[in-house]
Amino acid sequence: MSASETAPVVEQSRRGPSAVRSHGRMLRSELRLIVGRRRNQMGLLVLASVPVMIAIALKVSTPRRGNNDFITAATSNGMFVALAALTIEIALFLPLAVAVLSGDAIAGEANTGTLRYLLTVPVTRTRLLLVKYAALAIGAVIGVVVVVVVGVLIGGLLFGLGPVTLLSGTQVSLAEGLWRLVLAALYVIAGLTALAGIGLFVSVLTEQPIAAMIAVTIISTAMWILDGISQLDWLHPWLLVHYWPAFADLFRQPMYLDEIGRGLLVNLAYAVLFVSLAWARFGRKDITS
Amino acid sequence: MTDLAVATHGLVKRFGQYAAVNEIDLAVPRGSVYGFLGPNGSGKTTTIRMLLGLAFPSAGDIHLLGEPVPERVSAVLPRVGSLVEGPAFHPYLSGRANLMRLDAADRFAEPGTAKQRIDQALDRVGLLAAARKRYRAYSLGMRQRLAIAAALLQPRDLLVLDEPTNGLDPQGTREVRHLIGSLAEEGTTVLVSSHLLSEVEQVCSHVGVMRQGSLVAQGTVAEVRSGAKPTVTVSTAMPREAAEVLRALGLSAVIETAAGAEAEQDGVAPERIVAELVARGVGVRGFVVGTPSLEDLFVALTGEGFDVGE
Ligand SMILES: Nc1ncnc2c1ncn2[C@@H]1O[C@H](COP(=O)(O)OP(=O)(O)O)[C@@H](O)[C@H]1O
Ligand SMILES: [Mg+2]
Repeated sequence: MSASETAPVVEQSRRGPSAVRSHGRMLRSELRLIVGRRRNQMGLLVLASVPVMIAIALKVSTPRRGNNDFITAATSNGMFVALAALTIEIALFLPLAVAVLSGDAIAGEANTGTLRYLLTVPVTRTRLLLVKYAALAIGAVIGVVVVVVVGVLIGGLLFGLGPVTLLSGTQVSLAEGLWRLVLAALYVIAGLTALAGIGLFVSVLTEQPIAAMIAVTIISTAMWILDGISQLDWLHPWLLVHYWPAFADLFRQPMYLDEIGRGLLVNLAYAVLFVSLAWARFGRKDITS
Repeated sequence: MTDLAVATHGLVKRFGQYAAVNEIDLAVPRGSVYGFLGPNGSGKTTTIRMLLGLAFPSAGDIHLLGEPVPERVSAVLPRVGSLVEGPAFHPYLSGRANLMRLDAADRFAEPGTAKQRIDQALDRVGLLAAARKRYRAYSLGMRQRLAIAAALLQPRDLLVLDEPTNGLDPQGTREVRHLIGSLAEEGTTVLVSSHLLSEVEQVCSHVGVMRQGSLVAQGTVAEVRSGAKPTVTVSTAMPREAAEVLRALGLSAVIETAAGAEAEQDGVAPERIVAELVARGVGVRGFVVGTPSLEDLFVALTGEGFDVGE
C-alpha cells in the first residue's frame, strides 16, 4: 500500500547530515543545557570546594596521622589532595551530582513537558535514552575532572608537587604519579557512570525530577551503609559501591588490579542491567506528561 | 487510504476501566482543515497523543500520512508538526535557544540552515522581536506561538495543533486562525482541536465532534450541519400541556422550558402542530421552526456544558 511507497521518499528527501554528526549535535546541545544550568554550576562549585577545604585544613592544622592514607600523604605531595578529595566525595557528593543530573534527564523533561516535544521532533526513544546516558556519563567526567584538577592545583600550591611516594613506600616520578591519578579518575568515572544507569532507569519511572534525585541518592547511600556492615559481607561483592575505593590500589607498586578488575565488571553489569531496564520501560511507556 | 492524512479504525484508549477514547474512526482528508471539537475531557488530547506515538492504543489502528502508527512513527513524524496539550519549553532558555535545541534533536535537520529556519518560523508567528527573551518571561500567547513556531521548523505535510488558541486573546486567536488558513492554502493538512467551536469554525473544511470519548459526528461542515434536525419552539404559559401535545403528535426530544416547550420537528407539518396545540386549549404566544446553528448542534452533540467530561 501507500506505506511502502511513501516511506523511501521520506528517507530520501530528508537524509540529512551523517549519523555521527547529528548525534554529536544533539549531545552537544544536551551538554549545553546541563552546563548552562545555574544549579549545576553551583554543584560544580561544591564539588570543587572539597579539595580546597582539605588542603586548607591540612595546612593550618598540626600534622598527625589521619585514618585516610591519602590525607597523610598529602602534606608531603600536593597531588594526594586530589585523591583524598575523590575518596571523600565518592561517598556522597559525586553520587549526589549524578543523582541530580539523572533526575533532570527524563523525569525533568517529563515534568516540564518538553519530553513530548522531543519525542515528536521525532527523536526515537532509544536515541533519546542513549544521548541522555552519554550526557550523564560526560557529566560524571566533568565532576571528577573538576575535583582532580582543583585538588592537584590547590595541593601543588600549598604543599608542592614532586616525586610521588606510593602507599607501598616506593617512589616514582611525578609524571608517573599523575598518570596513575588519571587512571584513578577514569575508574571513579566508570563507577559513577554505572550509577547513572540506575539514575536513568529511575528517571523513566517518574515525572518528578526531585523524586528521582532522592531515590538515586538513597540507593547509593544505602549501598554504602550496607557495605559498612561487616555481618553482610556475603552481599558486599554485589554492591555497586563496594569496589569504588579500590582506585587506591593504583598507588601501590606493582599496581594491584584484582579489585579494580572486579569493580569494573560490577560497574559494567549494573550499567548494562539498568540501562536495559530503562530502555524496556521507556520503550512502551505512555507519555502522558 | 492514501487520500486520508489521518485515519483511525476502532481506536480505543483505556486508563484502567475508563475509556478516554472509545472506538473512534477518524478520517481527516488530505488538504483539509479538520476541526477536532469537543468539551474538555472528551478525549481529544488523548487521541492526538496516540496519533503522534506518545501513547499506545489499547485497541484499534492508526494510519498517519499512510504509515501505520506507532510502528512507523519515526519515519512519518518528520513530515508532521505538532502542538500537544499546550506549549512546553525550558524556562531559562530563550525562545530561540529552545527552538535550536529541538532542531539539534532532529536527526535529519541540516545544522547549516538551522538559524535561518528558526528565524523564519519565529517571524511567521510574529515572535522574532522576542526571540532572545527567556521563555519564562513570555506571556501565554507568546508561549503558544513559540510552540507553533516549533511545529514549523521544517516543511510539513500535516500539522496537528491541540488547542492552539487556548489562552489567546481575541486578536491572538484571529492571528492563529489566519496562520492556519495560510498554511492550508500552501497545501498542508491541518488537524486542529478546540473546545470552542467558534474559534475554529470559520477556518475548518471538516469537523469531528467528540463526546466522552466517542466521535459523535464527522464530515464536511455542510454534512455535519445537515445532520442538524429542525426544531420547533412553542412559547406558552402552559409548558406542561404544550409538551404533552408535542409528544402526542409523535415528536421526539420533547423538553419543557420555563417559557414553553421544544422538540424536534420530525417532519410534522408546522400547521398541524399549531392547530393541535390550539385545539387542545394551549395558549400559543409564539411558534418558531428553526434549524439549529452549528453552535447549537455542537452543544446538542456534546451535552450541555463545555467544561465537564465525565
Ligand atoms: N494519564 C491519564 N490517566 C488517567 N486518565 C486520563 C489520563 N489522561 C487523560 N485521562 C482522562 O481521559 C479523559 C480525556 O482527557 P483528554 O484527552 O485530555 O481530553 P481533552 O483533550 O478532550 O480535554 C479525561 O477524562 C481525563 O481525565
Ligand atoms: Mg486537551
